[in-house]
Amino acid sequence: MRYHRVRSPALVRVVARTALLYWCVLSLTFVLLRLAPGDPATFLLPPGASAADAARLRSELELDRPVVVQYARWAGRTLRADLGRSFIDQRPVTAVIGSALPVSLALGGASLLLSFLVGAIAGVIQAARRGSTTDIAITAVSVILAASPAYWLGLAAIACFTYLASTLDLPMWLRLPAVGMTTPGVHLQGLGHLVDLARHSILPVTLLAAIGAAGVARYVRTSALDVMRSDWLRTARAKGASERRVLARHLASNLRAPLLTLFALALPGTVAGSVFVETIFGWPGMGRLMVTSIVARDYPVALGCAAAYGALVLVANLAAESLLPWADPRLRA
Amino acid sequence: MNDRRQRGPSLEASWAIPSVGLALLAIGVLVVPAVSARDPLHITDVLARRLVPPFSHDVHGDFHLLGTDRFGRDLFVRMMLAGRLSLLVGVIGAGLAGALGTLLGAIAGWTGGVVDRLLMALADLLLALPRLVLLLVGVALWSPGLRTVLVVLITTGWMGIARLVRTEVITVLARPFVPAAHALGAAPPRVLFRHVLPNALGPAIVATTLGVGNAILLESGLSFLGLGIQPPAPSWGNMIAGGRDLLVIAPWVALVPGIALVLTVLATSFLGDAWRDRLAGERLTR
Repeated sequence: MRYHRVRSPALVRVVARTALLYWCVLSLTFVLLRLAPGDPATFLLPPGASAADAARLRSELELDRPVVVQYARWAGRTLRADLGRSFIDQRPVTAVIGSALPVSLALGGASLLLSFLVGAIAGVIQAARRGSTTDIAITAVSVILAASPAYWLGLAAIACFTYLASTLDLPMWLRLPAVGMTTPGVHLQGLGHLVDLARHSILPVTLLAAIGAAGVARYVRTSALDVMRSDWLRTARAKGASERRVLARHLASNLRAPLLTLFALALPGTVAGSVFVETIFGWPGMGRLMVTSIVARDYPVALGCAAAYGALVLVANLAAESLLPWADPRLRA
Repeated sequence: MNDRRQRGPSLEASWAIPSVGLALLAIGVLVVPAVSARDPLHITDVLARRLVPPFSHDVHGDFHLLGTDRFGRDLFVRMMLAGRLSLLVGVIGAGLAGALGTLLGAIAGWTGGVVDRLLMALADLLLALPRLVLLLVGVALWSPGLRTVLVVLITTGWMGIARLVRTEVITVLARPFVPAAHALGAAPPRVLFRHVLPNALGPAIVATTLGVGNAILLESGLSFLGLGIQPPAPSWGNMIAGGRDLLVIAPWVALVPGIALVLTVLATSFLGDAWRDRLAGERLTR
């Protein structure tokens, strides 16, 4: 019970602080975008539009008011959860983001889970057999992956599995589609649709997962080596615990907390990092939306993207913070 | 500590190879475009020279070490010219971000109070969005180009190092030689710059070195998206972008700059790691 008394005000404070930080992030993005040179009206109007047209559009979009007024009106709307409409096609921003966010979350989430699974296992194997050929080989692969740009690896993957595979006449299951989430022009139902989606996902998900797994493996290897030097692990071995039990029970439970923290830190980065993978493979996700909206000066959509990314970071951090006592009992005191 | 002694020889090796590699690259990017007879930006006989594979001669009998691109420009010379920009962006971008972070971190740790809280709140604010998102917003603010990329890399790269330096400064401030210096009559700036900062600088230098590779990668990514260095000025990122639709008929156009990029980033990260290990060794023996 004492735990609750101490913990609750702290939690309230953390949530309040997070909300304040979130508001500051949104305001900062708003101010930065409004300070940018480049008039949205010139991007939106067809070439040859008159100055009067531009003025009318600007007043329609409320861009002719002072920045302070614009900020106040934007803040009022945002607090009522109204993110406005896209300057370009007049769709509500929530709808635009609502169609792009699931794509990125699915892509980022699937590859993140895969990367933690593969990376954690690889890292523990490396730590258990330190100095072996396996350790050195995995280290080499993960170091090279960490130094390679995602878009370049994506191009290499497309070159191998799409072009090279069809030139060599490899079996159909090795010839993977390069672009899009589904085969264009074909409307499949049920299982067929799922298989099609899965085939299109293999390259981008594997690519993002491999890059992520490289980082996770390096981190897990270091953390596991730290744990392996600890007194309690030596004690466990001295008591006669089998190597399997040492790894599964003593090591694994000590890796839970660092892995949870890393997961929360990695989630937003993975979703943002999928910009390149989305661009290469032509997936209509958040990354591409962010780039196109900024280039076209579509302020409401760009702000909406920043809001979504910021929310993702802060929610992930909050979740990690509240789950840490579960992962590491020493923090429950 | 046991393992450190075991790893002794390999440590020194990992220090020498990347240094030599980076030095060779630096000489290459400075010398090759300057002495080369071929202008890496000039387009001549396109039909005769375009898409020559690596290690072969074109119709005019000129040898192309790494082949040519779709306009018949020699890839080796272009790579070296692009390397100038990539290395410049990496070193200046990460270096100035590190310097800014060190300065702000030192101020925060040294003064404490309101200044400290404001600076750390600003760092939190900027860390609350993924760096790539900040970069995209920042790059869109001004016309794309070298200056924009540098400004954006510096303003989004200082936060981690500022936190690091702040912690170090606070730790160093608690050590006895600081009040001793004060007692001997040293002016506060002298105490900060002569006694505190040198003792707090190690991790910042390591983080800055590791940041160079990251900055090179980010610049190439922005250039690949068309938001960084603009053609005709070559950068490794926009060279890869230029080879994107030639993957089938001329894979080397995208492959060659990519390999250069990976090797450069690997070298800088090895250098950073070696530096960190040496620093850790010094701390253990101190």
